[in-house]
Amino acid sequence: MAQTWDAIIIGGGHNGLVTAAYLARAGRKVLVLERRYRVGGAAVSEEIYPGFKFSVFAYVVRLLRPEIIRDLDLPRHGLEILPLESTITPMDNGDYLGAWGDPDKTRREISRHSPRDAEAMVQFGRLMHHMAQAVKPILGMIPPDPTSLSPRDLLGLLKLGRHFRSLGPEHVHALYKLMTMSSADYLDEWYETDVLKATKSASGIIGTFLGPRSPGTAYVLLHHYMGEIDGSFRAWGFAKGGTGAISESIAGAARRFGAEIRTDAPVAHVLLKRGRATGVVLENGDELRARIVVSSLDPHRTFLQLVGESELPDDFAADILRYKFRGSSGKVNLALDELPNFTCLPGVGPHLRGAISISPSVDYLEHAYDDAKYGEFSRHPYMDVIIPSMIDPHMAPPGKHVLSIFVQYAPYNLTGGWTDAKREAFGDTVVDTLSHYAPNLKQAILHRQVITPADIERITGLTEGNIFQGELALQQLFFLRPAPRWAKYNTPIRRLYQCGSGTHPGGGIMGASGRLAALRILGDGR
Amino acid sequence: MLRETPFHPRTAALMEGQAWRRWAGYVVASAYELSHEREYHAVRSAAALFDVSPLYKYLIRGRDAARLLDRIVTRDVAACKVGQVLYTPWCDARGKVIDDGTISRLDEATFRMTAADPSIRWLHLNATGLDVAIEDVSERTAALSLQGPNARAILELACGQPLSALRYFRLTTGKIRGVPVTISRTGYTGDLGYEVWIDAGQALVAWDALVEVGTGYGITPAGMLALDLARNEAGLLLIEVDYISAHHAVIDAQTSTPFELSLGWTVALDKERFIGQDALRAEYARGPAWRFVGIEIDWVSLERLYADVGLPPKLPTTAWRTSVPLYVGGQQVGYATSGCWSPLLKRYIALAHVEAPYGEPGTALEMEVTVEHRRRRAAAAVRPLPFFNPERKRA
Repeated sequence: MAQTWDAIIIGGGHNGLVTAAYLARAGRKVLVLERRYRVGGAAVSEEIYPGFKFSVFAYVVRLLRPEIIRDLDLPRHGLEILPLESTITPMDNGDYLGAWGDPDKTRREISRHSPRDAEAMVQFGRLMHHMAQAVKPILGMIPPDPTSLSPRDLLGLLKLGRHFRSLGPEHVHALYKLMTMSSADYLDEWYETDVLKATKSASGIIGTFLGPRSPGTAYVLLHHYMGEIDGSFRAWGFAKGGTGAISESIAGAARRFGAEIRTDAPVAHVLLKRGRATGVVLENGDELRARIVVSSLDPHRTFLQLVGESELPDDFAADILRYKFRGSSGKVNLALDELPNFTCLPGVGPHLRGAISISPSVDYLEHAYDDAKYGEFSRHPYMDVIIPSMIDPHMAPPGKHVLSIFVQYAPYNLTGGWTDAKREAFGDTVVDTLSHYAPNLKQAILHRQVITPADIERITGLTEGNIFQGELALQQLFFLRPAPRWAKYNTPIRRLYQCGSGTHPGGGIMGASGRLAALRILGDGR
Repeated sequence: MLRETPFHPRTAALMEGQAWRRWAGYVVASAYELSHEREYHAVRSAAALFDVSPLYKYLIRGRDAARLLDRIVTRDVAACKVGQVLYTPWCDARGKVIDDGTISRLDEATFRMTAADPSIRWLHLNATGLDVAIEDVSERTAALSLQGPNARAILELACGQPLSALRYFRLTTGKIRGVPVTISRTGYTGDLGYEVWIDAGQALVAWDALVEVGTGYGITPAGMLALDLARNEAGLLLIEVDYISAHHAVIDAQTSTPFELSLGWTVALDKERFIGQDALRAEYARGPAWRFVGIEIDWVSLERLYADVGLPPKLPTTAWRTSVPLYVGGQQVGYATSGCWSPLLKRYIALAHVEAPYGEPGTALEMEVTVEHRRRRAAAAVRPLPFFNPERKRA
């Protein structure tokens, strides 16, 4: 007998699982289809080397919505977010810049570099706090279409208008600047210490194909501060067990609410009947029927691969073809016999429990981008390094360690393409660069895993290896994500919805897209 | 001067912010690091090491040891097996709780009792005519509490013996680097955990061994701020905070019975005579007037109250210990006595006394919150205790 579901979710990444869990919680009969042998998408923990667990791709959680944690009761399914409170940036002169969990400690540290900057930090923090608060409600709303006259859109716009009016002119002006400026320019208005500006602007370039001097990067700084507003409820940090534990906990919740999750079940295409989605066909030929189909894949995979360009309205197809991915980052994961010993802060200390940022100057970052602009990986890349085993000892055997290195830039469109030799050369560059600051690193390596954007695409399916399912650039945000008029989780194909990071608000392990998609679907009475 | 615990040479060396507090006349750490956050997370994700030496400890020995304890506490001590530990309150003749603690049966005729308050007089007053020796061993017995998912692995390494067969609320003996210890599977966190009892003169041996073998497992010395968060999540009572000892209460209304504290499960009404039995029987028959419950403050409601003044919700970063009114339909129906933002559950939780009709899980009520100097009321609901109850606690 042919079974039918209320909803089939394509893709068992964290957003697909969040949508599944919310729909199942509302009593829907839900099936999740995951191509790989395990759920998680880019949020997976795998034992790549015996005894050592790696968050293979995504490695921190910044903005997982607390309401999702509560609604789905994720701690019951093993979720625990551990604090990741410091950042140190080793400098080329042997010194370092530190930002610690304690405000007094941080102020004293920044004063060491510039008393003026230490004072500016407080004011800057206050402004960014206001900005983040201004933007935050937007993250939690289904984006209204400013060109539409439907009551639902008008109501949304009205709410948004009221919200912006309540900010007051000073903050609206500041927000406008933040939306249009480069992070380097924006930070120049506040700070004089180069290494400080470099480290702060680094958070504005993560996952984009832009440099710290590219306009539009200041906005991404805000994402960092949104984490800080949430700081009091610590929705960011390191997930115990790695990012895979986040996916597993959401999957656990979805199952408890009755959802069925199938792994090793790649979908070939969406079944269409008179412009309406009726189910999916698996790669093995099985046809599965459902009242609605929800894709958590990126817009290219969803519309160009699973649906087909010919089934789409022309203007929509053109928008999707224009949607930018441009993966720009890679990852190096190391199993270590001993901890890295940083020349600037020798020995074992609390700095090894936080982030280590390789961002010694704004020029360093911009040069790194220069290489990428012309199709090469950075000779001296920006790196965000953490030692997960220092935060959660379960990640490695006692006394041993795992090192996670996020690397930018590694352009997807490398001149000559990515080959095994290029991958190894990229890995060497990363290890060489980091060894410059921690000379014992090379001899401590037990195993090395190098991941290029091409690998990200091949393994997770993320087009061009973009970690956000499409660049977080202003022209691809809010009511334009992924395309104008189709930013509200519905699509031009009736009964086909989208719930991935390629929809508003996207980006990082937030689950907000998945949750908003589920709310939209339930709101439609599906 | 306050006294120092036997572990003070080690704990003092870790102290970063001079955050000491008093406990039973001793100084103990509130937090070693500048923030207690990592110490808290060690309880739930690795292993936290607490110095709990200030607890009052008594050895009760002799033919009538069980009879004495059975006369005093509400649980059935005669039924307690050798190697078993009982959590129990004890009451005055009106059935009002004096204190709560644990009783460990070390052998047929030897018990160790722990208490929050000095209890030697109460023990002696009730020992008339019984063949028992009562000894206060508080000072000569040091105690460590190792709590968290890695506690077992660390302790097994430190004492060189498997502990997987040691069940919840059972104890065993062993040696750490040649020094005899008693290990009980008990704690105040609601997690997998053990308490290690050791001669005060050799206490540092145990500390050093645990820290040394535990480092690779994330062992983290932790202070009372971390413990307070964990015990809120575990729904465990604290004397003089969540209830007032009948020996300290100035007016009757300040006292509570075990039933009113939702500790009915600890009252063995039908065992041989014990202090407060008649009053508790009568109360059991008519039903208690109060219940002790968990409360969850509704996030959306709290967010709205703060949004009204243009602020994001402010949350307590440590557990609070004040009395906060609870309302239903404008009428006060109870009061919360402890509460915290649970970093693990991402929920704002509290422990509260409510009038019995409002004690059912799911009951909607309101809790007073002060938002920018003004008293407001946030929606809240009664929740079952404990808030967090991982399988590993008993597994």
